[in-house]
Amino acid sequence: MSPQEIAEIVKSQFPSEVIEIVKFRDQVSLLVKKSRIFEIMTYLHDSANLSFDYLADLCGVDYLGRKDHRFEVVYNLLSIRHNHQIRIKALVTEIDCSINSVVGIWAGANWHERECYDMFGISFHNHPDLRRVLMPEDWEGYPLRKDYPLKSDLGEKEWNGLKEVIETAERNKIYEVR
Amino acid sequence: MIIDGTTALIEVEEGIKVIPGANTIIASVDKLVNWGRRSSIWPMTFGLACCAIEMMATGASHYDLDRFGVVFRGSPRQSDAIIIAGTLTKKMAPVVRMVYDQMPEPRYVIAMGSCACSGGIYNTYSTVQGVDLILPVDVFIPGCPPRPEALIDGLIKLQELISKEHFKWSRWR
Repeated sequence: MSPQEIAEIVKSQFPSEVIEIVKFRDQVSLLVKKSRIFEIMTYLHDSANLSFDYLADLCGVDYLGRKDHRFEVVYNLLSIRHNHQIRIKALVTEIDCSINSVVGIWAGANWHERECYDMFGISFHNHPDLRRVLMPEDWEGYPLRKDYPLKSDLGEKEWNGLKEVIETAERNKIYEVR
Repeated sequence: MIIDGTTALIEVEEGIKVIPGANTIIASVDKLVNWGRRSSIWPMTFGLACCAIEMMATGASHYDLDRFGVVFRGSPRQSDAIIIAGTLTKKMAPVVRMVYDQMPEPRYVIAMGSCACSGGIYNTYSTVQGVDLILPVDVFIPGCPPRPEALIDGLIKLQELISKEHFKWSRWR
């Protein structure tokens, strides 16, 4: 099935949830509201003619400066049985920065969602273990947000762990034999 | 013991003299200790990124670090030097320091590659801008990644450094 056909099926099934079917350079993506994302995903996974049994990727995007929906959570789905794909984009606002987890459908979404939380600060409801994956657990801020400082010098906001190590190094300098 | 009459000392190298007849070598303890240390540098491997691949290549048969007495050691408690090979992230920095603190003295640090020397191209929130922030580095090896020849050169530089040491074996140093 072509992505366009899949998008049409989802739109007929959830007419109130689908905002737009976007086509860009022959790639189809489906813009949806986040409120019933779990049901949409369950439908895509369970229905026999779609049967999306594989979540290829889940990631976050930050569109800083966009009016109402700052973030998007992007799901790239693949059906191994039917060999077809679709991209779903769920809109997330900055004020209510959360979305339902899909770990119940694809267990592999677990670490993807943790990474998305780590990098963008989007929290996932009903996630079994929502902690940071890449950054240290006591890290402050979400590095992939567009308003996060790009350079290495974080100044006052530097991670405490690194500050401690540099302090240890300074303290132990007197014992170094040179 | 037969003394053949030649009792004059022969200086074979600066500070090292031989009594030919007595089958004896005279040298300072500095010379002896430094010779031993520089001839068997056992580096703790700390491969963090692509530099580690180059470090492994240097250790393997084609470039063969063993001929310098350099044998990689997997434990900090049995190693003399640590080669920081690759990008050091802030999250990894406490671990590197902990490994270094476990090494017995005398200990040496080689920063291998641009990232370990200065952060390299990664001037980002997650990267330490040079391992010299957290460790006392003896030899910096630039390159991205450095070729095996460069690493060998760095180790030879470290050997030269060790052979210039003075009184470092004493408790009252």
